[in-house]
Amino acid sequence: MSHSSAGPEHFHAQARSALGDPQLRQNFRGAMDYLQDKRKSAFFDPVEEAQLRDLSAAIRQRCLSKLPQLLEQLEANCTRNGIEVHWAENDKEANDIIASIAQRHNAKSIVKGKSMVSEEIELNHEMAKLGIECLESDMGEYIVQLDGDKPSHIIMPAIHKNKQEVSDTFALHLDDFEPTVDVDELIQTGRSHLRQKFHDADIGLSGVNFAVAETGTLCLVENEGNGRMCTTVPKVHIAITGIEKVVEFLADVPPLFNVLTRSATGQAVTTYFNMISSPRKNGELDGPLEVHLVLLDNGRSQAYQDEEMRKTLQCIRCGACMNHCPVYTRVGGHAYGTVYPGPIGQIISPHIMGLEKTKDLVTASSLCGACGEVCPVRIPIPEMLQRLRTHAKNPPKADIMPLKGQASGASTLESWVMKGFVLAATSPKIYHSATWSLSKLNAFMPNHIGPWTQCRTSPKPADKTLHQLIKIRHKKKSDKP
Amino acid sequence: MRIYPAKPHTVYCYGTCLVDMFDPEAGLDAIHLLELQGLKVIFIEKQTCCGQPAYSSGYTNEAKRVAASQMALFTEPWPVIVLSGSCGGMMHHHYRRMFQGDNIQSHVEQFCDRVFELTEFLVNVCRIKLEDKGDLTSVVMHTSCAARREMNVHVTATQLLNQLCNVALQEHAYESECCGFGGTFAVRHPAISQAMVEDKTHHLLETKSVALVSADWGCLLNINGALEYQGQSMKGRHLASFLLERIGGK
Amino acid sequence: MSATDPSILAKSAMLSRLRDAKPQAMAKENLRYPVWQDNDKQLQQQRFMAGLSANHAEVICISSLAIADTIEKVLINQQCKHVILGSACDHTACDNVSYACRKGEFYPQILEGTRDINVLVFDTDVDEIKSTLFNDIDAGITHSLAGIADTGTLVLWPDRAEPRTLSLIPPCHIALIKRSAIVSNFAELMAEKAWQQQMPTNIVLISGPSKTADIQQTLAYGAHGPRQLVVILIEDM
Repeated sequence: MSHSSAGPEHFHAQARSALGDPQLRQNFRGAMDYLQDKRKSAFFDPVEEAQLRDLSAAIRQRCLSKLPQLLEQLEANCTRNGIEVHWAENDKEANDIIASIAQRHNAKSIVKGKSMVSEEIELNHEMAKLGIECLESDMGEYIVQLDGDKPSHIIMPAIHKNKQEVSDTFALHLDDFEPTVDVDELIQTGRSHLRQKFHDADIGLSGVNFAVAETGTLCLVENEGNGRMCTTVPKVHIAITGIEKVVEFLADVPPLFNVLTRSATGQAVTTYFNMISSPRKNGELDGPLEVHLVLLDNGRSQAYQDEEMRKTLQCIRCGACMNHCPVYTRVGGHAYGTVYPGPIGQIISPHIMGLEKTKDLVTASSLCGACGEVCPVRIPIPEMLQRLRTHAKNPPKADIMPLKGQASGASTLESWVMKGFVLAATSPKIYHSATWSLSKLNAFMPNHIGPWTQCRTSPKPADKTLHQLIKIRHKKKSDKP
Repeated sequence: MRIYPAKPHTVYCYGTCLVDMFDPEAGLDAIHLLELQGLKVIFIEKQTCCGQPAYSSGYTNEAKRVAASQMALFTEPWPVIVLSGSCGGMMHHHYRRMFQGDNIQSHVEQFCDRVFELTEFLVNVCRIKLEDKGDLTSVVMHTSCAARREMNVHVTATQLLNQLCNVALQEHAYESECCGFGGTFAVRHPAISQAMVEDKTHHLLETKSVALVSADWGCLLNINGALEYQGQSMKGRHLASFLLERIGGK
Repeated sequence: MSATDPSILAKSAMLSRLRDAKPQAMAKENLRYPVWQDNDKQLQQQRFMAGLSANHAEVICISSLAIADTIEKVLINQQCKHVILGSACDHTACDNVSYACRKGEFYPQILEGTRDINVLVFDTDVDEIKSTLFNDIDAGITHSLAGIADTGTLVLWPDRAEPRTLSLIPPCHIALIKRSAIVSNFAELMAEKAWQQQMPTNIVLISGPSKTADIQQTLAYGAHGPRQLVVILIEDM
């Protein structure tokens, strides 16, 4: 069954339907418990954790502060190494670039390592239109693709399914598959189906975890080996990345790699860390003959305009924020209707899709701060959400490039309510008469007040306010001789 | 980690609008607790609300007007003791952020530095010693997310309860998880909020504790509403009232 | 590429937007990287072995005299019938002779240890042996350039003598490493050898057999890369 959603503008309906699916909720709660425990045991020393997060945040901030220079340096060094660099403003341009590379090589199949950016540009869909098959090779992505679905988590794409559901998926789509809930057997099934695909594919496509400007090196983090397959076996390797993934120095890589794996899955290290600096050199016997790097903007330079929102781009895509989010835990990744779900998705998506479509995502947080507490690069996600809420309500200032859909969340009724609130809160007389009347109306408090009373009784104001009680107390004291 | 001042003679009490309207007794109890520490407690009659509802809804300019009106009330350099971690977080952290780059920034920061949540003030400034005069009982505590993550005062609230020798403080599952209130979140996303508060009440009830306490009325509004709706007898109280009762101050 | 190339237009638009944002310059941070570091070779070796073992690799510690015998035993244990090796190190083909090619030093012992089974030497373009490599080979044997004690990690620096797919496609990867090649951590290794001055085509860090937890968070080995990683640690100090 496909859980895929129509988009973030239908968040409310999608969230309600997810909340009503007990199996889905159980799958997510189980997965989140597991990932939270793993992260906790990976960071057993809070002092070391704090130091590492400080350092990682500082590295990312420094790299972002030099972003335009670093991108040019990256391009220069990649080009020198023989990697061809392409720039794409949006999804269409990125797909055009990839399509033209594929067509130049007469490619019929692209085998893919995990890449959320390729999800962002809907690469598979666009290539299919041109008769080019894209095959996901990350186990989770493979399962999701068989379902005709989308990932529900940026690190563990099939986290919404349990092993029985995976077996059902395989049984539906794969010939000669004997249903089983033995995970080893399920993985071996995936392995054997994909092996020939790696062998045959014309092009391998991957994401990038860190692109090193100093050396023109693309770093990839993975456990399965499919990333190495995609970047080593086919004749052509295309890497696609958001422009924010560039780091200045090779020495910036070890701390970021360290904090990434521990935050994501609680691993001290992943099985593979792959550093690619050029296509196959003269005399070498394997590896791609061509390596391409596609640098995608797609709203990132928008986030970059605002000094505070720029922190969004510090993200290294570990997924810890979603693993710790009480909202994500309950509604799962698909409900968000965006490529990036959870807290980080809530602050990235408005820049990719505009606020008009995503304004309900921006409010879908109790601002509990669990995300900010675990972010390895210290992105203050709750503050970013608060800022986006401001953008949703207010038109942009004259000197700043407006966020697409800015002020689209403004509502006349709500702004009148807020005006009333400000009036009451800044004028003690009005405040006192308002709270006084509430306390007098106690007995007449309606039993049903909107959605609040779906699962709660309506709140009952006390007979007298604290202000009144204190007056009485003062009076009693001064009445005493 | 913040640096705490020496114990002053006089403090301001910031009741918060929710305590004002829904549990004024807790306000009096908190004042009483502070007075028992030998402090003179000033309650400014003109205080209203910290402005958080506007701030968290994206009405920053409106929130700034409310914040400015509140800060103007506390003219003496005395500490401002807030009876909620969430309002404390607003006044200690977010006022600072809202006025960043503003011409009154340094003035605002001085104010923020004077803001303390009740339990951290009792523990770290008053060095309070509680003598438990009550019978054996068990209690479970819910700490608001702001109290925990912005103010780090779940530690001090726990320390206070641990001082009570006849009170067994029970831990509940997913203790650090949000109860689903989040101010306007509960109304804008009622279905998600419901799922969260139902889990929270389930975990609180699971402990079979006699009492439920919290130092935040926002969460209590949410949790108590849900408990009552479910027909449960458990009902949360403000920590200040519970403490005062235990030491025989009521 | 011409001036109207969409990629060039995109580049100038993207860069000009970024520059318009006037980011504030930030100096290189002066923060400590809290990473495991110890100069005690004994402790380094222990940590290296513990990390690899925890990640499901088999680590065998031997003297340099026992290399051939050990390889033979491992191949028997793993029931390998076909094995692929690198070619005798051709120093002239290496960009960085002093560093990269040192790793070919146990090639004679590897040859000796594999004398009783079918050996394929990887000395032609991968295309010529691709299907054999995918379908018939049971194990690949490589040297390792270095070891990282902190995380239990092998560092491979593939080249003409030992191509990239040697450690990737066969279901079993046997890696040789000298004890003296183990360092404390990744950052130290990079800095000591000044990697930034000359990066090869590919460097790969390997910390166990291929694995995944993509199905219900259950760990399974042998996802796409080798199912088995056998590390032969050679006592040379």
